[in-house]
Amino acid sequence: MYQQWTIPTDLKTGRELAEDILHHVRVQGYDQDVCFAIRLALEEAIVNAIKHGNGCDPLKKISISAYVGTDKTDITIADEGAGFNPQNVPDPTADENLEKPGGRGLMLMRAYMDQVLFNARGNEIRIIKNGPVQAQQ
Amino acid sequence: MPEQNHLIVQKMQDITLIELMDKKILDESCIGPLTDELTKLVEQDKFPRMVLDFVNVAHMSSSALSMLISLHKRVREKKGGLRLCNITPTIFEVFKITRLSEVFGISHSREDAIKDVLKGR
Repeated sequence: MYQQWTIPTDLKTGRELAEDILHHVRVQGYDQDVCFAIRLALEEAIVNAIKHGNGCDPLKKISISAYVGTDKTDITIADEGAGFNPQNVPDPTADENLEKPGGRGLMLMRAYMDQVLFNARGNEIRIIKNGPVQAQQ
Repeated sequence: MPEQNHLIVQKMQDITLIELMDKKILDESCIGPLTDELTKLVEQDKFPRMVLDFVNVAHMSSSALSMLISLHKRVREKKGGLRLCNITPTIFEVFKITRLSEVFGISHSREDAIKDVLKGR
């Protein structure tokens, strides 16, 4: 399955789309733990695009494309924000940041996905998880 | 037993037992009201002693972790205690990856959590 969407900057729409993509992931035979990982990363990426990327501006859009196959799930989420440098995000597991409330979304995505890539501007994230066929090889 | 939207709250001695009722604690639509309800519970006791039961929770986001950190801070400011319990292995992994398993007191079961809170852990 490969599909593209353009959605408004809206959490409810984002969540519904995430559910739709996750349905395809389950159908492809990904096990529960991998579905958990993809859900977590996808939710984090969509919320980041809405809140930090588009600043909850209802006039801005979010573009999402998803390939879901037995070999991999490959999702790209782009917002209309100025972008950011992922290198500048402080490590939330450093002792001095451990009890600071924010900053864990990106690290969770990196921990749970096989690849997390950004475009040069930093307003587009690509999250990739290997699929059941690749995992068996 | 007072029942609220996102929580079931019970009082046992001076411990507040809170069962989180949402399966997914992901975004503002859930975290906003949850924060309000939990904050109210923290503020109503002079030294809040709380057990947060995750038995129904299957998914959590980083925003939910942020909410828990703020709650934990407030409980400590009031010289109270907070234990988490019944966390599934998948969710526990999220706490481990973020090193928050070192910040929060996490007990296996609700009974263990009550004992641990009573011991002041």
